[in-house]
Amino acid sequence: MTVQGTISDADLTGRVAAILAAHQGLEGPLLPILHAVQADFGFVPQPALPIIAKSLNLSRAEVHGVMSFYHDFRTEPAGRHVVKLCRAEACQAMGADALADHAKARLGVDFHGTTADGAVTLEPVFCLGLCACAPAALIDGRVVGRVNAARFDAIVAECGV
Amino acid sequence: MKVYLSCDAVAKALGVDAVEAALLAEAARRGVTLELVRVGSRGMVWLEPLAEVEVDGIRHAHGPLTAAAVAALFDTPLGLGPTDDLPWMRGQTRLTFARCGVTDPLSLDDYRAHGGLIGLTRALAMGGNAVVTEITDSGLRGRGGAGFPTGIKWKTVAGADADQKYIVCNADEGDSGTFADRMIMEGDPFTLIEGMVIAGIAVGATKGYVYIRSEYPDAIDVMQKAVTLARPAGMLGSSVLGSGIAFDIEIRVGAGAYVCGEETSLLNSLEGKRGVVRAKPPLPALEGFLGKPTVVNNVISLATIPVILERGAAFYKDFGLGRSRGTIPLQIAGNVKHGGLYEVAFGLTLGQIVDDIAGGSATGRPVKAVQVGGPLGAYFPRAMFDTPFGYEEFGAKEGLIGHAGIVVFDDTADMLKQARFAMEFCAIESCGKCTPCRIGAVRGAETIDRIARGDPAAIPLLTDLCNTMKAGSLCALGGFTPYPVMSALTHFPDDFARQKEAAE
Repeated sequence: MTVQGTISDADLTGRVAAILAAHQGLEGPLLPILHAVQADFGFVPQPALPIIAKSLNLSRAEVHGVMSFYHDFRTEPAGRHVVKLCRAEACQAMGADALADHAKARLGVDFHGTTADGAVTLEPVFCLGLCACAPAALIDGRVVGRVNAARFDAIVAECGV
Repeated sequence: MKVYLSCDAVAKALGVDAVEAALLAEAARRGVTLELVRVGSRGMVWLEPLAEVEVDGIRHAHGPLTAAAVAALFDTPLGLGPTDDLPWMRGQTRLTFARCGVTDPLSLDDYRAHGGLIGLTRALAMGGNAVVTEITDSGLRGRGGAGFPTGIKWKTVAGADADQKYIVCNADEGDSGTFADRMIMEGDPFTLIEGMVIAGIAVGATKGYVYIRSEYPDAIDVMQKAVTLARPAGMLGSSVLGSGIAFDIEIRVGAGAYVCGEETSLLNSLEGKRGVVRAKPPLPALEGFLGKPTVVNNVISLATIPVILERGAAFYKDFGLGRSRGTIPLQIAGNVKHGGLYEVAFGLTLGQIVDDIAGGSATGRPVKAVQVGGPLGAYFPRAMFDTPFGYEEFGAKEGLIGHAGIVVFDDTADMLKQARFAMEFCAIESCGKCTPCRIGAVRGAETIDRIARGDPAAIPLLTDLCNTMKAGSLCALGGFTPYPVMSALTHFPDDFARQKEAAE
């Protein structure tokens, strides 16, 4: 059962309309709109696309094309917590690959996967700008540096895993 | 007692908030009145969380601090000594980062008290054409990596005839090992705003956008607050500092696409399109955002404008080496003892940076390779550590300085694996428009896998593929991915041959 199933058509239409109204007059408003939709719903519900498309005088395919181009936009809700592990070179130099292996084993999911209880979604990220205190991670928008296996376990324990 | 703590993401990532809480509790326990100021980062990441205690008006460094050790600030306030006297600080020439770590990032009073707005005031008095000449004379080149002369770009936009022009700040700092953009946005956001306003005056643009990557939530937050504060202060708005010249800025957030750091892809993204690269010409300077003349500059280029206007082109140009003028904020990262941001004139050798400033590897093992310039930069072996830090100097050695990120690897690094990662990364992040990048990166990873399995015939194939990507790609993503790949293959052949022997 996804969150998507719990949103009524009327509710979705109203919330998307409010977001569209708040972005009136922006030059190139599609990314800010998609970010706002995702911030509101936790993902970008498919039924939102034709509403956005109509408002911006685009085709649904164009909006889908933009949304699917960017790694950030989700088509389905994430887990209750999102843990992003940096996979870029500076973190690799400090053991990020081994940490990623540990994280996957600890959570029992691959990158982009969500634990069975819905607690944590594990995602790769390419650079958080914390390259001098690698390996780095981002947990629900909170930055953490010098992550090792023990610190990772403490982080996911806080997330209830 | 007055104590300074950093609010930079790197300090947060290393626990500064817990240190702050412990500090407040300890002060309350001792009955000491504590004045706590949150500032940007001094760039000494190995000392973060860094606390500075003001003694007789001089800040004294304590770090790396833990919540359990805050009592030391009260018992031995002199700590490591005056922050400005630490070797890391003494060796630098902080022009762009002069205020970073010193001032409260969101205090306009602090900003003015430390030289802020002098450059903008002078620019308004000089007029647009003189500003363009000043920036051209300073020798400033694009700090995003391409190294294009900033003044020439501005002159093109200034000369274009249009009803609307734009200043777009490229804050999509996606290169691993780089964090200068993030640090200046979090530590001294007004300098970026001031630089953009000056750019607007110079070329006749009235609207600016800062396109910040979504991976930088703290920087986005600070920049949004700074823009909001700059408006009532007259730094932005319909009449900048009462001059009658209008300029305003909007903060935009990327969505996790590395290729959007490429200027034309960024412009498409800003317009709400897929972040696909545009063919050049037309240059963005003539047909950029929404088809209008647009200056697209990196954060550091724009954040350096105020100090150039404040101190003059001749002052800035006096620093540097060859055609690389001024200072460059080195970002020292990866497996290093002392990592962080170090602003210095161009010209230090790679060896001085890695061995003397960074102090070698964090693990204490020998340094094997240094990747300079992000994921599209070459891997340099120790034999090339005499290369001076400059655009042409690195170019001559089949490398690039890029955004001046320096990532150090110790001798446990497997260079075949690093080469494969470069191809894999390019395959993931390719915008898909041109074939050499879209297909080449996938085939490149497969070809490196063949080498790993012990197929020597795949080596000339990889070299040939890299030449095709280099010559045939539309932008630097496909065009520069061969740099890390070929440098790994050329300078570390054992890592590619060893696999062969293992298979035999």
